[in-house]
Order: sequence, then C-alpha cells, then structure tokens
Amino acid sequence: MATETKTALEKDHLAHHSHVHDHDDEHHETFVSKYIFSMDHKMISRQFLITAVVMGVVAMTMSIIFRMQLAWPGEKFAFINAVLGDKWGKDGILDPNMYLALVTIHGTLMVFFVLTGGLSGTFSNLLIPYQIGARDMASGFLNMLSFWFFFVSSAIMLSSCFIDDGPASAGWTIYPPLSALPEAMPGSKLGMTMWLISMTLFVVSSLLGSLNYIVTIINLRTKGMKMTRMPLTIWAFLITAILGVLSFPVLVSCVALLIMDRSFGTSFYLSDIYIGGHPLDNVGGSPILFEHLFWFLGHPEVYIVLLPALGITSEIIATNSRKPIFGYRAMIGSMLAIGFLSFIVWGHHMFMTGMNPFLGSVFVFTTLLIAIPSAVKAFNYITTLWKGNIQYTPAMLFSIGLVSSFITGGVTGIILADSTLDINVHDTYFVVAHFHIVMGLSAIFGMFAGVYHWFPKLFLRMMNKKLGYVHFWLTFITAYGVFFPMHFLGLAGVPRRYYTNSNFPMFDNLVDINEIVTVCAIIGALSQGIFLFNFFYSMFRGERAPQNPWNSNTLEWTTPMANIHGNWPGALPTVERWAYDYSKPGAEKDFIPQTVALQEGEHDGGGH
Amino acid sequence: MNFLVLLAIVLLIIAGHQLLRVIELSRGLKKTKEWQLTDHDNNLMGKAMLAFMFLFFAFFFWQVDRWIDRSLPPASSVHGVKIDQLWDYNMYLITVVFLITNAFLFWFAYKYRGNSKTKATYFPHDNRLEMAWTVVPAIVLAFVIIFGLIYWNEITSEATSKDKVTVELYAKQFSWNARYAGKDGKLGESNYRHIGGSNAVGMDTTDAAGFDDIVVSNEFHVPVNKEIEFFMRSRDVLHGAYMPHFRAQMNCVPGMVTSFKFIPTKTTAEMRKDKYVIKMMAGINAQRAKANKEPVEFDYLLLCNKICGSSHYNMQMNLVVDTQADYEAWLAKQKAVKVVASK
Repeated sequence: MATETKTALEKDHLAHHSHVHDHDDEHHETFVSKYIFSMDHKMISRQFLITAVVMGVVAMTMSIIFRMQLAWPGEKFAFINAVLGDKWGKDGILDPNMYLALVTIHGTLMVFFVLTGGLSGTFSNLLIPYQIGARDMASGFLNMLSFWFFFVSSAIMLSSCFIDDGPASAGWTIYPPLSALPEAMPGSKLGMTMWLISMTLFVVSSLLGSLNYIVTIINLRTKGMKMTRMPLTIWAFLITAILGVLSFPVLVSCVALLIMDRSFGTSFYLSDIYIGGHPLDNVGGSPILFEHLFWFLGHPEVYIVLLPALGITSEIIATNSRKPIFGYRAMIGSMLAIGFLSFIVWGHHMFMTGMNPFLGSVFVFTTLLIAIPSAVKAFNYITTLWKGNIQYTPAMLFSIGLVSSFITGGVTGIILADSTLDINVHDTYFVVAHFHIVMGLSAIFGMFAGVYHWFPKLFLRMMNKKLGYVHFWLTFITAYGVFFPMHFLGLAGVPRRYYTNSNFPMFDNLVDINEIVTVCAIIGALSQGIFLFNFFYSMFRGERAPQNPWNSNTLEWTTPMANIHGNWPGALPTVERWAYDYSKPGAEKDFIPQTVALQEGEHDGGGH
Repeated sequence: MNFLVLLAIVLLIIAGHQLLRVIELSRGLKKTKEWQLTDHDNNLMGKAMLAFMFLFFAFFFWQVDRWIDRSLPPASSVHGVKIDQLWDYNMYLITVVFLITNAFLFWFAYKYRGNSKTKATYFPHDNRLEMAWTVVPAIVLAFVIIFGLIYWNEITSEATSKDKVTVELYAKQFSWNARYAGKDGKLGESNYRHIGGSNAVGMDTTDAAGFDDIVVSNEFHVPVNKEIEFFMRSRDVLHGAYMPHFRAQMNCVPGMVTSFKFIPTKTTAEMRKDKYVIKMMAGINAQRAKANKEPVEFDYLLLCNKICGSSHYNMQMNLVVDTQADYEAWLAKQKAVKVVASK
C-alpha cells in the first residue's frame, strides 16, 4: 500500500535519479531538504498551494457559521456549538463578538492567505521558471524563506483563533481606534497583537517572493524569450510582484504605527478618546491617517489578487479556444494601466470617512478610469472565444466563469466609484456583493482554473474531468446564488458586519433573501468537498499525465513529466516565437510550441 | 447509536474504496483516458453554458421582480431625489452592459463549443475593434464622472441657508446622542475630558454658547423642508452615521468633526401614508407576525454603519421628521433635560 500510494513525483524522481548527473543537488536529497526546506520552485509552489487550500477550507467554514447566524438568528445549531464550543457557541448560538471575529478572520484569510499567498505563491513559483525557460528562481534560498515566513504567519493567524479573548475582530481592515484599544472589544487584546505580527511576517514573505519573481523574470529568461514573447501569465505575475513590492511595505509602516499606538503609548491614530469610563491621554492622531496608509496597500492588493487570476485565464482561454489571445499587446497595456492606476485610487474606500470631499472627487476620476482597461480585458476575452474551437476542460469552464464574474462584479464598481452614489451604499451589502463577485469569485475561479490546468505539472497526474465538471457547475451556480441577492440587501440599506438584521424592524422583510444566500453558501461549501477529494485523490492515484495534455505552446510542457532539478535535463530551450500560435493558417497542427522556429516569411504574432 | 454511526461510516469508506478500485481498473480498458475531451463533452458543456445563461438571466429578473420593492423608499430629501435619479440612470447603464456582455460571453461559449472536425480562426488582433472598446467606455465614463461630480460638489458644499437647523450627532459604543444648538444657533465648545456624569457629550460648561444647547438620546426630531446641518463626533471608536432614507452618510471620527447636510422633504407622518411605504411595512409586519412579534409603524432611523464592537448591529436611534410647529413643540419640551442647566 505504501509503495502504491507513493506520489508520481517520487517515482519519477527515482527514475530520473540515475539519468541526470549534471546536478549536484540530486545526490544529497533528504526528506527535510526535499519536502520541508526545499529550495526547488516546484516544491515551494506545492507547499504554497496546500497551505492555501487548508486556509481556504478554514475561511470558508467560518463564513458558513456566520451565514447561518445571519439567516436564522437566534436559532440553535449543534454544528456551531461543536465547532466553537460553549464559550462562543453556547447552546449553538453564535456569540456577537465571535461573529465579528469570524468575519474578520474570514476576510483576512481569504484576501491575504488564500488569494495573495496562495494564488501568487503557487503559480508565480510554478510558472515563472517553467514558462520563461529558467532552471529555477533567481534565489532558491529566498524563495524557501518566502514560503516559511508565509507558513509561520499562517500558523500565528490560525493559532490566534484559539486564545482566550478570541482573534482580531475589528474587520479585516482593522481600523483604529477599535483595533487599537483593548477596552473597545475583546478581539483587540492579544488577538489583534497576533494579527499584526502575523501580517508583518506575511509581508516579509510577500516581499521575498515578489523581489525574487521580478528578478527572475527580468534576468533569467531563456534565449529568444523577449518581453513581448512572454505568456500573459508571466506579465501578470511581473506586474503583480511590482505592485506587491511597492505597496506591501506601506502596510508594514501602517501596522508598525498601530503596534506603537497599542503598546508604546504613541498617538498616531488616536485622539480625544473617552473609553472604559476614563479619558485617554492620546491627542493629535487621526484614524484617517491609518485609512490612507491601509488603503494605499489595500487597493493595489485588490489587483495583486486579481491580476494573477487574469493572467492564468488569459493563458487557459487562449489554449482552450485554440486561438491566440485577442489583442496580446492591449492585454499587456491594460494590465500595466490597471497596475499604475491601482496606486492612485485608494481614496474611493474613504468617500464617507470625513476625508476632504474635493480629494474624493479626484479619486472618483482616477477610479472610473480603471473601468477602461478592465473593459478592454473583458472584451478581449470574449473576442478570443469568438470563432474559437472551445475545449471544455474544467480549467476552461472556470476561466469563462471568471470572465462572467469579472463583468458582473465589475459593473457595480462603476456605481461605487461614483462618490455621489456611494453615499447611500457605502458599507452596505451592495459593497459586499460587489467585491465578492469581482475580486473573490474571479480570483478563486482563476485559482481553480490554474489548479485544474497545471495539475499535471504540479503533481504529474491528471485530475478527474467529470468531478471537475460537477465541481464547476455547483460552484458557479451557488456562487451567484450567494452574492447576487446581496445587491438587493444593499439596496434596502442593510449595513455590513451586523450580527443580526432582526434586532429592530427595519430589515425584517429581508429574512428570506438571507436564507437563500445561506442555503446557497452551504451547498457551495459542500461542493468544495468534491474538489478536495479530486485534488487529493488525483495527487496520488490520478492517471499519469502525458507530456502536453492540453496541446499548449508554452515552455512548461516541453520539460519532461518529472520533477527534476533544473527543469530541463539538457540545454535550456530556445524560444522562437510568441506563446499564442494556435490554429495558425498553414500550420499542420492547431498549435505551434514556442520552441519551433519561425518559417521563412512567417510573422511572429506578438511582435507587430 | 454512536457505534452504528461509526460502523456506517466505516462501511461507506470501504464501499467507496471498492468503487474507486473498480473505476480505476476499468479505466485501464478504455481507449480514451478519462481526462481527455470528447466531442460529447464539448457539446454538453457548450450547451450547459447557454442553459446557464438563461438560468442566470431568469434568476436576475426574478430577483428584480420580487425584491426591488424592498429597496429603500424613494428618497426623503432634496439631494436624495437627485441621487436616486442618477442611481437609476447608472443602474440602467450597467444592467444593459451586464446583460449584453454576459450574453455575448455565454453565446460564444455555446456557439463555438469545440469539435474535432473544425478549426479555430486565427484572429490575433484588430486595431479598430480595440480602439472602439477603449474609446466607447471612455466616453460613457466621462458622462458618469461629470454628472457624479456635479452632484457630489453640490451635496458636500457647506450649508448656507439662513434658517438652517444645526444638529450634532454624537456617537459612542453603542448609542447615539443628538445635540441641538438652541436659540443662539451655536453649539457650545466641547472636549472629551469633560465627559462624565450627565455630561455625555463632554460639553464645556464655561462656554456661554452651550448654555442653551439641548442633548437628547433615543429619538431626535428635525423639521421638514429646512436645511439640516449635521456635525458628527465620536467619543471612542469610528462610527458611521447612516440615514439611509435621506441618502445621507458620514463617519464619526474621534478627534475630528465631520459634517453632512440635507433638506428633509417628507415628515414621518407623511411617510406612513406613502403607498410604497405602506406596502413595504405590510411585508415587514407579515414577517413579524410569523415570528410572533408585534406589528410596527414606519420610522426613519439613524444607523451605525462602521464596525464599532459587539453591539454594532444594535446601535440606532429613531429620527422623526416633523412639521415646523410640531418640531418646535417637541424642542420646547426637551429644554428640561438640557445638560448645562444646573450650572
């Protein structure tokens, strides 16, 4: 049994062990150097992915608990008591402080640990060396550190859920003074300290990773891999990494000042506060400063989450439409534009905070500009499908799902970016609906698409297609079932982060909407069981992957289906053309790998 | 019982394992691998995409049909009516974009579903098309921005009418106070260090401007058709002063004073006779009857809309819009409870 369930990786590794002699590392592999402190980009990618899957399951379970409370407030659930115990789920009823804690940690885990660490960490690590034709990342050691900082940060964040006062509960945006004053809520005691430490380590991880990605992409491209020949995945990872490097340090400074306010008596964010029956000494600080610093990271963060997903789907949609991505240059240009604009729009989170209204109008202008490159991307995806020969792999289904959610969630952004219209829906469920669809769904669909598409490169085996189909349709339908009705809650003026909407009469007529949302959420969550089974089962017992299962052009499919150090056993491949020669007229097959030389008189697609 | 459950689980696992073995063995016999796409797969999924589109759009219209009447009643303020109008135009715009682009997406997904006999068309780019969908959104957005900003400047400008009523909303975990300027029209100075005892909002008891100030809790009144100038303060953490029926919202920030202004156009009594509101309240009361709660009448509310702690969900205050005469009568009665009277 033990030998049977040995992963394909190990078998291949053993098989190649004797053939590959030009790498010293091959000979001194121990369990620790191979599976734990690995410096190999493929292993680090798998480490990120599996950590993210665990974090995703935790974050999703949390959301189910608070959704149950919102649909059936006051109802007793054995499930809630079983998960949270008597302290926070007495008699099966969720405690109001724990509700806020769950909302906070759900947001934090999803945004940072699943969709930033998980998405960028997994696919940047896997694909950057593979798709640009490099033997590994520029620094394997920094890459290893990047994962281990991520892991420690995850561990701290998770363990904060088990302390006496409960984890941080001031919302994932942790606005002070709520997050700064232990008297304000139990979650602002030790839980918040742990949150801040965890996020600081997370930023270290992100920086080490991002710097590595940038350096690798710029320096280690193989011969012929011009910037204009890079697959859009790599462009997306590059821009994402640059955004991360420029914006995450600001979060650290933001967090550092908060730590000082909390522990060392400074007043960066605090002023004129009377709490717990006595006035505090802090004067002169401003919570608005925190909001500026936080959203200076926070908004680029949205694109740090989204761009890799867009890159992944660009690649998958082109491959499976059997067509070049439409408007390759425009796609790069729009990603650059989105990346640039993402730094000058943060104020749209702050229209109602007391920020100078004139400043607000500047942010209205810059924010609505982002709609232009976003529209270009959406139209280009749709045009890529036009007259294609669409191959419906589960990855392709999720990619089309992404385009749909990107549009559906994107259009409500036009409303929210307009400060005048934002007045009445700011901080309501309309916002919750908007960002979950445009960012949450799109990014998670992109992540699923990536996992289904590159599973053969990750684990050398194939995932089950039929289970993938079932997983996609259940996920897609229930996802819209969860988030679409939330727009209507927003139109009715329901504020977000309310423990119950039934405490006063105003929202009593919305109970059935909340029930529909929760039922869809539960079905959606259970359907992820199908994915988890497929994922772990296929990892060990899926069918063996062939060399190039999706008939793709990019370089990762030219390496042997084995996880060898250095990726290519012999010389590195030479790139002769762009990545999107699918169904090129005159070609024999409907794909021409990047390593095939241009024929006489043939134009290179990306180059004009 | 537990034993039976355990036994059932063990049996299920064994059955599942056996089933998997059968599947694994049988797949070795097939010519095509499980993961390989067949024309049948592509056909099925392509059609499913189209079916989903119809389902999705049907769901959308079903929701609009059933739930749009549960939206907030038409705005009860002058600027709110304009916001509603602008909201509607923008909403029509994005609904059309949402329907058309999703329709194209799913239609193409269906129409161009794969087939082993066909080949895709090589179509890498087209400058005219790309230009079109850069320029058209840019023009449309220009209008969105211009109209939005015209209204925004109007809404956020200072209150200027001579007979404006000034109200200070004072937030704390987890309740509201409202302070009225009194006859002199000026709010007295305040400082958080004065908070204590009956001085809930920290008024400076030496400032003459505050001697006639009136502080209320639980419920506050404003007169109809007058410009109401709100100043917001907070004593502890961030709060959000949200008056959804008036399309008004502004955060309360410790250490600073924020502001918002609006002119209410309908009294609470008028709202209770409004057709839309009557229908809405019928829905609310029907739901309350099911939960064995007493029926209620419509009230304007001031809600907290910025996470502020465990009872955030219950931090609200009734707001009553009165005729001028009723408002004055109400205010006269409040004088007895003013904080600084004892000084």
